[in-house]
Amino acid sequence: MARKWGIAVDLDRCTGCGACVTACHAENNIPTVGAAEAARGRAMHWIRIERYWEGEFPDVRVKFRPVMCAHCDAAPCEPVCPTYASHHTADGLNAQVYNRCIGTRYCANACPTNVRFFNFFNPAWDKPFHLQFNPDVSVRSVGIMEKCTFCVQRIKAADSAAKADGRELKDGDVQPACAQSCPAKALVFGDLQDPESEVSRLSKSPRGRPLLDLGLLPKVTYLSRQTDV
Amino acid sequence: MTAAAPRINQDLLRPLLETSWRFYALVLCLGALVAVGVGAWFYQVYYGFGVTGIRWPIYWAFYITNFVFWIGISHAGTLISAILRLVNAGWRRPVTRCAEAITVFALMIGALFPMIHLGRPWLFFWLIPYPSERQIWPNPRSPLVWDFFAIATYLTGSLLFLLLPMIPDFALVRDKTTGWRKKTYGMLALGWQGTPKQWHRLESAMQIMAIAIIPVAVSVHTIVSFDFSMAPVPGWHSTIFGPYFVAGAIFSGIAALIIAMAALRRFLHLEEYLHPVHFQNLGKLLLLMSLLWAYFVFNDRLMIWYGNEPAEMAVFWVTQRGSFAPLHWAMIVCNFVIPLLFLTHKRVRTITGCVIASVAVCIGMWLERFLIVVPALGHKYLPYSWGSYSPQPVEILVTISTVAAMILLYVLFAKFVPIISIWELKVGEQSRLPTPEAMREHPLWQANP
Repeated sequence: MARKWGIAVDLDRCTGCGACVTACHAENNIPTVGAAEAARGRAMHWIRIERYWEGEFPDVRVKFRPVMCAHCDAAPCEPVCPTYASHHTADGLNAQVYNRCIGTRYCANACPTNVRFFNFFNPAWDKPFHLQFNPDVSVRSVGIMEKCTFCVQRIKAADSAAKADGRELKDGDVQPACAQSCPAKALVFGDLQDPESEVSRLSKSPRGRPLLDLGLLPKVTYLSRQTDV
Repeated sequence: MTAAAPRINQDLLRPLLETSWRFYALVLCLGALVAVGVGAWFYQVYYGFGVTGIRWPIYWAFYITNFVFWIGISHAGTLISAILRLVNAGWRRPVTRCAEAITVFALMIGALFPMIHLGRPWLFFWLIPYPSERQIWPNPRSPLVWDFFAIATYLTGSLLFLLLPMIPDFALVRDKTTGWRKKTYGMLALGWQGTPKQWHRLESAMQIMAIAIIPVAVSVHTIVSFDFSMAPVPGWHSTIFGPYFVAGAIFSGIAALIIAMAALRRFLHLEEYLHPVHFQNLGKLLLLMSLLWAYFVFNDRLMIWYGNEPAEMAVFWVTQRGSFAPLHWAMIVCNFVIPLLFLTHKRVRTITGCVIASVAVCIGMWLERFLIVVPALGHKYLPYSWGSYSPQPVEILVTISTVAAMILLYVLFAKFVPIISIWELKVGEQSRLPTPEAMREHPLWQANP
């Protein structure tokens, strides 16, 4: 059975610590561009923690919202790519084929949540980060787009391992780096096709809603704060 | 042959046969600017796109603005000359060729920008449907691939439309010159002898092209507008964009044509061929397009205002009174106020008045494209991801150098080809006597004898 990977984000649990961002950078060989370039809008965070403040000082509330690619089933980034670099896989992932990407950046413009990132320069890592590459993930060159893959390398590895053992993947076998490293367990990853999985259960919660109500069939569901419901 | 023919020959072939030092100086200056632009682009390719001003989330800026602008300019020529040919407007004769040349060169330059702006420009040919060994074709759902087909069709069509009426003139140059010119233009004339059969075929071919090119021209800028309106970006996703872009394209195209004609008139001493009446007529057309453009802009803004959709309103406010407001109101002045001031009254609609209005319109239409591309990208749905943009030297240099490239191509064209269609002008001189049936007055009481 084809799978449909998805994430449920519990906004009540997110503390905005940023562990997911760090883990994602480490897992996916995402270059850190440095403070100066980041200020010029060249930072690449496949997952980011959006911060919103509400109220006037001193009565201020801060709200955190982790945002990553929602792997929309009606993704606007896919039809606009002239080379099929952005395309939908059989198990519902919105894949970016780095080798096919020629850098029109149309996908990033079409994405309503701005979760696609352009390699402005060839990637470089400050020491000692150059010693901790993940061998399972290719490094992207200058001039192409990249974005959250739901840690496809982990999905594939778990698939192969399960196949070798002659068993089915079960809920919790695959964890993307962000979900694995979230100390508050705000991110839950799994197969939305499996009605028993935790992510399915959470996504069906009355608190669940998409980040943007644009009819794009995103597979990331946000569970609203209890105080906001 | 009319009495005026030898003079027409002499006046219009003069630029081909005599070259002053000023021509070389101009070509050298423009060539240097083009070289600087090419150098800037190689610098960008070598060091990476980071040397430009684009940033997350504004991934399109100057280059795409230039792309839309130049494709817009290209709508002057062919469309206007095709329409004027079809309605058999006599005053078109000295205008058509300079208009058609603008189309071809502006298209060539506009079509460069999708390549200039690529992250990996050395792979630009992946946008082209070619039988690759991996059997991967471009994605037919992508508006960028539609762009490729639209622009390729328009370029082919307008090139034919430019070349066809040049054949008799090439033959004339062949017959009036000696040496390498005779040889070269002889080849270009494709064995033209001026037999009735050849004339008949030429006229039919031009009639077919004139009809065919109009829907192509309209579709081209509609498809360019689809680059924006097909994406769910606030401010882009609008049904009005097709006709709005076509109107804007013709608007800026006429402005470019007026500027080019005024320059040709002045520098090639064509005062007797390009009369104030040509500028009067084109000025009226420019005024009409200015009003049409304003109508579309007003429509677009009014719909957003009444829709009151939060994401669209963010883009609306940032252009109306936010950081892009100075550019926005400069655009309104350039595209609406100045044309209205200089084109409504006959007394100010002189050649100078038309040129002032046209320069304003070219600037205004460039700003319009910039204001469509950038503020919308900087203000999509999530306020956390809003951003701003300021151009970097490399983008400015490339932009300036493409303007220089356009002028350079035009100057060279006017050097090697009679910029006014000589044979068409002679036909005009001849056909003064009997008015053709379609052009005659038809009073009511004679309609059904």
